Amino acid sequence: MAKITEDDVRKLAKLSSISLTDEQVAKFKDELSAIVGYVDQLASVDVSGLEPTLQVSGLVNVMREDEVQEYASQEELLKNAPDREGNLIKVKRVLE
Amino acid sequence: MSEWKSVAEIAASVKSGEVSARSLVEKSLSLIEKHSEFNSIIAVIKDRALERADIVDTKVKSGEELGRLAGVPFIAKDNFLVFGAETTAASNILKGFEAPYQATAVEKLEAEGAICVAKANLDAFAHGSSTENSDFMTTLNPRDKTRVPGGSSGGSAAAVALDLAPFSLGTDTGGSIRLPASFCGVVGYKPSYGLVSRSGVVAMASSTDVIGPIAKDVSDVALVLECMAGKDPLDGTTIDRDDKSYADLPDVDMNGMTVGVIKEFMADGLDPGVREVIEVAIEKYKSRGATIKEVSIPSIGLALAVYYVLCPAEVSSNLSRYDGQRYGFSDPDAKSLDTSYGESRSVGFGDEAKRRIMIGTYVLSSGYYDAYYQRAQLVRTKLVKEFEAAFTGVDILLGPTAPMTAFEIGANTEDPLQMYLIDIMTVAANLVGAPSISIPAGESEGLPVGLQLISPQKSDRQLLAFAKSSEENLV
Repeated sequence: MAKITEDDVRKLAKLSSISLTDEQVAKFKDELSAIVGYVDQLASVDVSGLEPTLQVSGLVNVMREDEVQEYASQEELLKNAPDREGNLIKVKRVLE
Repeated sequence: MSEWKSVAEIAASVKSGEVSARSLVEKSLSLIEKHSEFNSIIAVIKDRALERADIVDTKVKSGEELGRLAGVPFIAKDNFLVFGAETTAASNILKGFEAPYQATAVEKLEAEGAICVAKANLDAFAHGSSTENSDFMTTLNPRDKTRVPGGSSGGSAAAVALDLAPFSLGTDTGGSIRLPASFCGVVGYKPSYGLVSRSGVVAMASSTDVIGPIAKDVSDVALVLECMAGKDPLDGTTIDRDDKSYADLPDVDMNGMTVGVIKEFMADGLDPGVREVIEVAIEKYKSRGATIKEVSIPSIGLALAVYYVLCPAEVSSNLSRYDGQRYGFSDPDAKSLDTSYGESRSVGFGDEAKRRIMIGTYVLSSGYYDAYYQRAQLVRTKLVKEFEAAFTGVDILLGPTAPMTAFEIGANTEDPLQMYLIDIMTVAANLVGAPSISIPAGESEGLPVGLQLISPQKSDRQLLAFAKSSEENLV
């Protein structure tokens, strides 16, 4: 399987919204390549006839009544916001 | 000699008025201060703990009904949301975060009268096997300050080994309760997947994450589990608990038991000192009449690779919420939303979190999904089936918890992959959802060695009973 390139690292960083310096890109390139190299051993395993395991709880469709409940801790939630205006969380501009 | 009686004895002494809850909290706080050089604690919860102690003591005086853990102090890994101190998950991205609600498990323990006195150190976001990935400090192994306590629940395990409190809470996604328990010489319990609610616990890999107790012996761990287990409407992955109490364990007649030693765990690569301790333990089971069989789980060697595909994938999803907008660190200089995301996460996350997020993004991305993520899910199925087959012939599976004893600080930090290999014996139980426990089995060159026991999914009571009975062997 292909090794991870610096280009790959930049793409992954962009997809996961993490900004990296050039130095970090170079470092992660080697580390990520080694890790992907290790998990590549799964490629040669015989998995014929098997279904993927999505979860091991065995549960299906855990439901609850769709009823509105009062939530009392709004202030506790908003308190942690880096920037707020009244009851609203303020974010940076989205569009130019 | 332990500073503390058993959890049950402590609760009884509080209920009888012999000991005040306040004095127990003060004792815990003073021990935390005494052993602060080990860096096991991120934050102390003094005011709220004393308030809660006073509530317990008032109830005792007025003859009110009290819970099974009345007045018992405990320490929670800092990825549990708890009132009275910040919840940071040992990450810079959550410094200053105050929990708006508490983890269900903590609520349940408090309802039984237990009192959370501190938050324990961990690898940031539980990413690690040594607690060296904490963004704040490395916890030192109580037996040897030049060595790691294991991870990611290193602070929780060290806290119990240091007697800071009678029990602590940890999380185990790939071995993070069992491994530090082994390295620190205490009991660490990983329940069946879904047995204990994860509501209010910082998510790492949702298909394997569990929370569990760490204490000095199996009885204590069993009682704490009993108080936490059960379905929670706030956590849709919780399963039905056993009708019978996890703390009321039957005696186990070793004569009727068949123990399967996992062949692949006893192969080359096992530290000779660890091997010796495990072999002595096996002989002791034999001398008590247990039937010992060698069991092969052929795909168990692939478990780590499966884990390091699935876990980062799930981490990349779970950590996408840390975007610097609603809580946590936010880059004060960012001009647009995009740069705010990128810079907040760049500064807030440590290297290991970044590695796992990027690997996860890679294995889930278009063109790689089938080859990596789906393939790992297929191999996971193989493991599930092999464990099922193994359990048709034995009651319990046995092996070491780790291939080595506590290693030196810095020994495995150069190469991330080398650090991942520490989990080689613990991850399989997580992938198949099985309950597993590490109990102290002896020492190698003065360092604790843990014995790992695994039983079929949802057989927690049986596993705890067997483990409790095993303690007689291994004293």
